[in-house]
Amino acid sequence: MSAIAQTQRRAGAFLNVLQTNPTLGVYAVLVIMLVACALFVPGFASSDNLINILQRSVALSLVSFGQTFAVVGGSLDLSVGNAISAMAVMTSLVMAGRVEMMIPTVILVIAVGMFIGLLNGLIVTRLRVNPFIATLGMSLFIQGVLFSGFDNFAGSVPREFEFLGYSTVGPIPVGVIFMLLVALGAYFLLRHTRFGYHLYGTGGSAEVARLSGVRTGRVLIIAHVLTGLGAALTAIFIASRLRAGAPWVGQGFELESISAVVVGGAPLSGGRGGIWGTLAGVLILSILSNIFNILNVGAFAQDVLRGAILIAVVAFYTARIRR
Amino acid sequence: MLPQPETLTAQQTPILEMRGITKHFPGVIALQDVSFDCVPGEVHALVGENGAGKSTLMKILSGAYRPDAGELVVRQRPVVFDHPQAAQQHGISIIYQEFNLLPYRSVAHNIFLGREPMRGQMVDERRMVQDTAALLEELSVKINPTALVSNLRVAQQQEVEIAKALSLNADILIMDEPTAALSLHEVDSLLELVLRLKRRGVTIVYISHRLDEIFRIADRVTVLKDGRVVTTAPIAEVTRDDLVHLMVGREFDTYFPPRARPEDIKGPILELRGVSSGSSLKNVSLTLRRGEIVGLAGLEGSGRTFLARVLFGVERLDSGTILLDGQPVRFRNPQQAIAAGVGFISDDRKAEGLVLPLSVRWNMALPSLNRRQKMGYIQRSAERSMVQMLSESLDLRAAGADQEVQYLSGGNQQKVVLAKWLATQACLLIFDEPTRGIDVGAKAGIHQLMRRLASQGVGILMISSELPEVLGMSDRILVMRQGSVVAEFPGETATEDMIMKAATGLTTNGANGAEGAEV
Repeated sequence: MSAIAQTQRRAGAFLNVLQTNPTLGVYAVLVIMLVACALFVPGFASSDNLINILQRSVALSLVSFGQTFAVVGGSLDLSVGNAISAMAVMTSLVMAGRVEMMIPTVILVIAVGMFIGLLNGLIVTRLRVNPFIATLGMSLFIQGVLFSGFDNFAGSVPREFEFLGYSTVGPIPVGVIFMLLVALGAYFLLRHTRFGYHLYGTGGSAEVARLSGVRTGRVLIIAHVLTGLGAALTAIFIASRLRAGAPWVGQGFELESISAVVVGGAPLSGGRGGIWGTLAGVLILSILSNIFNILNVGAFAQDVLRGAILIAVVAFYTARIRR
Repeated sequence: MLPQPETLTAQQTPILEMRGITKHFPGVIALQDVSFDCVPGEVHALVGENGAGKSTLMKILSGAYRPDAGELVVRQRPVVFDHPQAAQQHGISIIYQEFNLLPYRSVAHNIFLGREPMRGQMVDERRMVQDTAALLEELSVKINPTALVSNLRVAQQQEVEIAKALSLNADILIMDEPTAALSLHEVDSLLELVLRLKRRGVTIVYISHRLDEIFRIADRVTVLKDGRVVTTAPIAEVTRDDLVHLMVGREFDTYFPPRARPEDIKGPILELRGVSSGSSLKNVSLTLRRGEIVGLAGLEGSGRTFLARVLFGVERLDSGTILLDGQPVRFRNPQQAIAAGVGFISDDRKAEGLVLPLSVRWNMALPSLNRRQKMGYIQRSAERSMVQMLSESLDLRAAGADQEVQYLSGGNQQKVVLAKWLATQACLLIFDEPTRGIDVGAKAGIHQLMRRLASQGVGILMISSELPEVLGMSDRILVMRQGSVVAEFPGETATEDMIMKAATGLTTNGANGAEGAEV
């Protein structure tokens, strides 16, 4: 057999693997990007810079993991941005610098995040409001309430609480370790529990899932609750990092998290995608920001490039599926 | 007792029975006193023309419809199926024509969706794959349990569906036209699979048009016609000819407008010479003249609709020539076809014919907007008068031009579809199942309109699976089978028998006579 034929066969086998496991495709993009940046971007490959990239990925990762649940279920959540702002303000306000309030506050904020998710889930499944509209409405509602009460940083977190945002274990930031633990938990839920299986079924085809005995409504509500939980964890991390919450700290996270999930290989039509794909999506976006800063690309040009790359990546995925 | 002929299996206790099932829809009796039974381990074929009531029967069995009268008995117990899973709980699984699988999940994930094996809080992925492998092994089906369904061939997806049904402990399988999308080789392996299932004691209701398949696997056959059971008989006691007669034999009870007189038929409007496209159309030649209605008969999947889509620029043409009004044409998209004067009345009115939530006026105006615009500005007054004129001439019963078409009856919806093509002043109209889902009275109205259009010089190509319609309306009849035109008959003298035989490949005669046997 000729070497060419063999290479072609290998390439074909590789494409097959990509089709059965699209996450590998996302990681291939990530690796290529890392190698290219290491070669061509001065200072990129230093350990300081790489750890910096990871540290800056934590907040987006946490909210994107949550967003992954909604998207896999065929839904999405546009309220996470304002929800994060509200919960970050709540964190610093309730703690008000008191060490003894740290744990109760964290519990409270998590409960609030899950409650917002529950409302979103109920509106989407029980009132049958399109998720885009339902969560946009929720977002506006939260924003209105938030800005009527606050216009700047409010409250403060105790010095001990900065542990989450600033401490390191050896060279690794605590936040990064926390992010990886959350990723493992989310991965377990999505890939190894009955809920996860049913979520993929619901997103893939609600009708097929329903006819197979899946309680699709309940599954989607739980997914939204987990999205709310992701937003709560993000808010807590941001409060620790900024030492206080302000009503704008979460702005943009709703669209950025959806971008990360989509770049991570999950189409908005649902039923596909996963946590590791989303993590790669977040890292790809973070690396872009990082090299833009190193190369001193202007803010507006950054947006132009990000937008173009987002569209190109998704067009690439759909082209592959159509084939 | 049931008025049924003696059967080989009469002594055995049926596992599934339908007794005196009747189902009405507004204006139509879909099923009339239908009784039907299956004994364990039997393959019971259900045949009948389109519209004979097969799909209504399926929907009753699946729990999608409730019968108006009669009862369903499973394992000697009367049952009521009031939700989609009820049938499943009684051991009945239905394999639909369009598959119910998640394309981006694995075979194992699909088979165990909704009842994943657990180990503690975790889904036991390994056991799921093993069980799937064992299940597929048992069916002698070679599919990787971890393969994504979207990467499987249609035949394999069907096998996965069957495996899923069996893993649900279904011992009654209902298969709706299972071979419609399969290649010949795949048909063979599916039929073998059906026979293996039968040997395992699975009862199978096998719905198919394809008589040769039925003779290969069925124990008994029930013929439905116009919503009634014509006969149930052991397969050994009937011949193909018998079945064809039983499926179609009927008196005309519908009024059709008179055919075109020879002097009404003018020069050719459409000529096809050796048109081929993929494996769907093979060397099709035909001529359609102004003033003429040509009926295109054939089984589902014989290439009729595909031909229509080629003519309308939706599907690609590989070779051959299409002449429209003497000019060679090759449409790359529907816009070009419309501009050249082709109109296509789709069989799927709700998906392809109308924009349901929009008004009568909007729907009628859409394909002919160019005719009423000046420098990008649509002249609403011209539109209003056009809509009014068309509504009157078609006798459209609507609350007004602004009524949403979704609230119109089937017959009136079809008139709106027709109107939108009349507004384009099309010279060639292709009707795909022009009266599907339309009640009897409105049918006659549509038929008269079609004849009136023809007499005004429009060429009409009418695809229809309703033989009385084909026979009553057509000036000439072409029969398609497996992508080719296999027979041509004059409308006056053709019979249902002749058409059915040509369509199923029993015998052919006429212009393009091809070999008779199914390949």
